[in-house]
Amino acid sequence: MEKKNNTPAPTQQVAQKRNQWKEVWRRLRQNKMAMVGLAILIILALAAIFADVIAPNGFDNQVIKDRFQTPNSTHWFGTDNLGRGVFDRVIHGARVSLSIGIISVSIAIVFGGLLGALAGFYGGRVDNVIMRSMDILLAIPSILLAISIVSALGGGLFNVMLAVGISSIPGYARIVRASVITLKGQEFIEAARAIGANDSRIIMKHIIPNSLAPIIVQGTLGVAGAILSAAGLSFIGLGLSPPNPEWGAMLSGGRDYIRDHMHMTLFPGLMIMATIFALNLLGDGLRDALDPKLKN
Amino acid sequence: MTKKPLLEIKNLHVHYITNEGTVQAINDLNLELYPGETLGLVGETGAGKTTTALAMMRLVPNPPGKIVSGEVLYKGKNLVEMKEADLRKIRGNQISMIFQDPMTSLNPIMTVGDQIREGIMLHQKVDKATATKRAMDMLEVVGIPMERYDEYPHQFSGGMKQRVVIAISLSCNPEILIADEPTTALDVTIQAQVLQLMENLKVEFDTSMLMITHDLGVVAKVCDHVAIMYAGTVIEHAQKHKLYRTPKHPYTIGLFESIPNVHETTERLKPIIGLMPDPTDLPTGCTFHPRCPHAMDICKVEFPEVTHLSDEHWVRCHLYPADKEVE
Amino acid sequence: MKKVMLEARELTKYFDVPGGKLHAVDKVNFQIHEGETLGLVGESGCGKSTTGRLLLRLLEPTSGDVIFDGVNITKLSQREFRKYRTQMQIVFQDPYASLNPRMSVAEIIEEPLLINKIYNNAADRAKRVKELMDTVGLAPRLLNVYPHELDGGRRQRIGIARALALKPRFIVQDEPVSALDVSIQAQILNLMDDLQDEFQLTYMFISHDLSVVKHVSDRIIVMYLGVIVEMAESQELFERRLHPYTKALLSALPVPSVDIETEPIILKGEITSPINPKNACRFAGRCAYRQDLCDQQQPELRELHPGHWVACHFAENLVQTEDIVVGGSLSHPDSTVTKPSQVIEEEPVTEVEQAKSEESNISK
Repeated sequence: MEKKNNTPAPTQQVAQKRNQWKEVWRRLRQNKMAMVGLAILIILALAAIFADVIAPNGFDNQVIKDRFQTPNSTHWFGTDNLGRGVFDRVIHGARVSLSIGIISVSIAIVFGGLLGALAGFYGGRVDNVIMRSMDILLAIPSILLAISIVSALGGGLFNVMLAVGISSIPGYARIVRASVITLKGQEFIEAARAIGANDSRIIMKHIIPNSLAPIIVQGTLGVAGAILSAAGLSFIGLGLSPPNPEWGAMLSGGRDYIRDHMHMTLFPGLMIMATIFALNLLGDGLRDALDPKLKN
Repeated sequence: MTKKPLLEIKNLHVHYITNEGTVQAINDLNLELYPGETLGLVGETGAGKTTTALAMMRLVPNPPGKIVSGEVLYKGKNLVEMKEADLRKIRGNQISMIFQDPMTSLNPIMTVGDQIREGIMLHQKVDKATATKRAMDMLEVVGIPMERYDEYPHQFSGGMKQRVVIAISLSCNPEILIADEPTTALDVTIQAQVLQLMENLKVEFDTSMLMITHDLGVVAKVCDHVAIMYAGTVIEHAQKHKLYRTPKHPYTIGLFESIPNVHETTERLKPIIGLMPDPTDLPTGCTFHPRCPHAMDICKVEFPEVTHLSDEHWVRCHLYPADKEVE
Repeated sequence: MKKVMLEARELTKYFDVPGGKLHAVDKVNFQIHEGETLGLVGESGCGKSTTGRLLLRLLEPTSGDVIFDGVNITKLSQREFRKYRTQMQIVFQDPYASLNPRMSVAEIIEEPLLINKIYNNAADRAKRVKELMDTVGLAPRLLNVYPHELDGGRRQRIGIARALALKPRFIVQDEPVSALDVSIQAQILNLMDDLQDEFQLTYMFISHDLSVVKHVSDRIIVMYLGVIVEMAESQELFERRLHPYTKALLSALPVPSVDIETEPIILKGEITSPINPKNACRFAGRCAYRQDLCDQQQPELRELHPGHWVACHFAENLVQTEDIVVGGSLSHPDSTVTKPSQVIEEEPVTEVEQAKSEESNISK
């Protein structure tokens, strides 16, 4: 049964300007799984921010006599082959992995979004040139693309971010283009033209706010993908080099000892899993919460 | 009552239970469909027309929908309490449905002929060849040459697709055909063709029909009886001529006055004031009272019962006190 | 003679489609007089909405001109056109799609004022927004509500307020009530009527609903597959339909009365494709009166009676009929109902037969 027609206007007197983000938050709060995801992410983010307080030993505190300890009261997650606490490293690693995820996705959203918006809005030749180059990028497997970028530019935190970011540009360009094309045909865009709005106003006021939702959702899920890609790069030795505590690099370092000292790979693996799980829960929740037509 | 209804709904209540509260989609609805006749079910968006149709076949999506109480009597049997397996034999076979949008009610990757045959084979114990033959006959019946049996829906225009849908729903020779806004998506000239076809077929197949629509013009053309719905209940139910010549409920009267008539010159329309009520928060008493020009004190507190004004004309309105013949 | 406000000259719009050029609007000529309501009716795909958008330059015509106040606005640059844009506005069909879901009611109504820099300060703008909301009957408490929280009728009022904000003289109403329920539809139609009186507006009212068009229009244009087939004063058109398509269209309209019985003329035959149509009458494929000439030459729009134009080769030879048969008496409670103004009792079947006999005359 449709009920869109029947909801009476809010009864409050001359309502204050209500923020749409508040509405989104209200709707998101009702989604329990999304809130679980958000909680995990907040914990991880706090861990990353206060890593120095939580794990004061730092990520490269080698105590050779304490090598290969199984989890115990001093070393909660045990120690690795160089006697560094896995817990300390995992916590500092959150900083590295989360920033890789967020920054590389931001790179992809900014460039992909811009290219997609231009292609969708202007269409024709502009669209063709942009989208065909995106297709070329897309034709190369993203991990292969990232590998070649890193091999060309060398490892290091920023290059990894760049590599992962560039390889996910086409995905965002496509999403934004599709959403812009849909929006462009909407009557409210025509209405804006009828009252004299120019292209830049139409893009800024009418198209971007309405295409934000799919980007935010994709971005949230994309952070998970980026963390995974970065971990993959590090695992095959092309990402961050030791002693950096990036989770993928830790997995890579621990793989030789996986038979006897499983905790070295287990905990970074669990962290990657938890982060990605949380991001996916949140992404799905946001997808529903951001739709202005879904009420309450 | 002289005739016995083929299908009768008594005091039906259907609720949709959502996070924001209970949507009272159908409230104490009564309806009678007589054999061989067409009943027009008229109402505005959100009046509960489609829910009524779904409830008649017990197809209200559950959750969130729930038939709370009431009876749907088909040939004396209460469909609300029937076993699902028995009900399945009735659906599509004895009670069949046509939906509003011919574009979405056909499967795009199946030929139209096969879609008609599918229904026949599902409900009738016939072999493939017989079913194919009957599907071809059905195409001819609705005015589509049988050579087009092997074509796909996208090769048909909107009006032709709706003919195919009609062929599917009539292929099992149902007792009752429920048509939910069958011509709303069509242009006027195409609508005229489809309506004429439906009328002819109704006579030919001796089918009773429930025609759901918001268009009083369509009702005047094809129906024998009319039920006017407002906020989940039938507020007036009458033989067509009685309803059009002497509408009694203020809402029915308001509807007629809202429509511009091409054969009259009206300077100004008389709209019904206000808006449809929120189904999660219906007004007390008569649900129409906040918009009614004749609202009285009793209307605010008491939901009016059915008042029979004459044979085949009843209304639910306090203006017409029970057991008093007004006509 | 009334002053001509707007004129379409040989207005044409072709769209590129896979099979060639779709002739959405094909060399259309008409005038709109100051203060009148010109109705534009036709079925889906006849080009009525495209015509409305061409007038406002929301679409650029393939060829042809639009003359507004004596100025050919199709030839103006975007910059020169700006001052005309504020005088011509549009109200859209879909009250859901025509409002930006991310903007509040106030923001939507304020936007035209902001873009065209009508007021310098926010307070004046806010005052004007409130005034506009009052004009269209929106309560002030709805100022900061978002469109999706409102019903179709209120949303359509927002669309009207936005169109009025720039104090236009001409408004294209593109199916403004088609998406609304009848009780709400009547409210909106009355509102438009009031606004027309109050602000001396000129309307072009586009709709597929003949009864609504008849109710609001002074003159009516009937379009079929991109061309005008008939154009006349509203009453004249209903009393004396000249084009076979108009006859079929009007007869097919279901009338909400049991005392006026219409017998719809059922159209048979194939609808002509609007993609690369040949030089022929576009209605010929479905026309009961079709002759050889209809397939060889597209009929011109000609004035058969004063102010009554038709594009049919044989319009003067077709039988004049009103397909209304009145049976029983009309009674309606609580309201006085006027009887149909003109009633000619005639069997529609004979009309076709008569026409057929005339066909043979014509072909001689």
